[in-house]
Amino acid sequence: MSLNMVVGHGGLFQFHHGAFYGVGAYTAALMLTKTSLPMWLGFVAGPFMAAFVGLLIGMFCVRLTKLYFGMLQISLGSLVWAIAFRWYSFTGGDDGIHGIPLPSLISSTKGAYYFGLILLILCVTVIYLIFKSPFGATLQAIRDNPERCEAIGINVRLHQLIAIVIATFFAGVAGVLFVVVEGSVFPDLLFWVFSLELFIMCLLGGWFTFAGPILGAAIMISLRTFVGIYTEYWTLILGIILILLIFFLPEGVWGYLLEKFGFQRKKLLEKEGQ
Amino acid sequence: MLRVEGIHKSFEDFKAVSGSDLTVEVGQIVAVIGPNGAGKTTLFNLITGQLKADRGEIIFNDEDISKLPPYEICRKGIARSFQIANIFPRLTVFRNVQVSVLSQQRKSVKFFRPARMLAVKETREILENVGLAEKADAIAGSLAHGDQRTLEIAIALGNKPELLVLDEPTAGMSAEETGATMELIRRLADSQGLTILFCEHDMEVVFNVAQSIMVMHQGISIIQGGPDEVRNSNRVRECYLGGA
Repeated sequence: MSLNMVVGHGGLFQFHHGAFYGVGAYTAALMLTKTSLPMWLGFVAGPFMAAFVGLLIGMFCVRLTKLYFGMLQISLGSLVWAIAFRWYSFTGGDDGIHGIPLPSLISSTKGAYYFGLILLILCVTVIYLIFKSPFGATLQAIRDNPERCEAIGINVRLHQLIAIVIATFFAGVAGVLFVVVEGSVFPDLLFWVFSLELFIMCLLGGWFTFAGPILGAAIMISLRTFVGIYTEYWTLILGIILILLIFFLPEGVWGYLLEKFGFQRKKLLEKEGQ
Repeated sequence: MLRVEGIHKSFEDFKAVSGSDLTVEVGQIVAVIGPNGAGKTTLFNLITGQLKADRGEIIFNDEDISKLPPYEICRKGIARSFQIANIFPRLTVFRNVQVSVLSQQRKSVKFFRPARMLAVKETREILENVGLAEKADAIAGSLAHGDQRTLEIAIALGNKPELLVLDEPTAGMSAEETGATMELIRRLADSQGLTILFCEHDMEVVFNVAQSIMVMHQGISIIQGGPDEVRNSNRVRECYLGGA
């Protein structure tokens, strides 16, 4: 979701979004296990830490464009992964951190579910507001034509950086949610394969739309659960779907539905007009 | 208002602009003419900051702007259009102009106010002014070429510029569309007191509209003066009319 803000609306190749998700999760986990600060502080710190790392990495990345942006981000993001993977004494290395104590209210499955739901609704609302705001509009304009945006007085890099910080903040929120649900963290969260998965979700659902990534994530998770029962090669099916998608539905599933639906509505209007 | 002095720009070994001068007074319509490849577009890109000059000065309202990035030059009051339709193809016509107006009003970084309620009046006004009001909800990329060019100008107007720089506003247009665009340029100058700088390779188009004409040839400005002066200049005839 937050990734789509950068990719679909900001036109940036944010290849390593998972890193920020992981940073959020790790920050929360570390705050909860290693410090005696109030628990809620850990939850709040997760997103902010992710946004901060996003700001740092983003400052380097916005100087580059297109693919180079993505490449640099993968390398910088992998650095974060390497830290988590190797620094045994602090992050638990490849074992991760387990048995994270949670406030009793959200430690039960039900509690965690409602906590997640509330957070999700909150985040979706905020992202929707931003999507519809002047900032969202400007971001979409930058995606369409950064050169023109410069020429109408928009500081493109600054806007891109702000978008990255916001997006990484929400990635951090998602990371905290992971901690709440799983009660543990491990370096795989930061690995770039996971980022790729997120990227595919956006592609699948339709990256120029608001709701696309949600649909994409739903498709991806259901594929994994249902096809995964029959064969461990469910990614093969995903691959085939992706290839077909790129050929036939370049706007993604949701984008296609929108187009189709919008088209029919227009037709109806025309008929009424006659 | 705008003074360009001895500006130079080379790409590797090719000297695109080598010693060009240009003066624009407040309220004037100034045209830059010259054959294809004379360096007109490069000159404009230097003025609005898309390119950085190797040498020379660009003074706008007593301030050297030759080192500023494009977005800051725009905020100083120079807006431009591009030779190739340079719009936001996936956004609606309305949004195209609105983004520009929002930028001018410094509202691009507002997060929680819905964009559809902001800058609506100004955007409508501009669209009506250029004759695109009826197509406000169309996706910009689907417009006809001529309309896209007009939208170009509309986006630039969204910045409420003091100086409007138009890079070959009639490129690729039919004779009829060219006439309409020139009419629009004249009307904008009259009704809003805009100062306009544009370039064109078709001389005839220029003589009717521009009050001052600068002729470029192989990256060098040959002359700047009123239409009659330019028409009667021997040097212009030699390297422009004679060659064509």
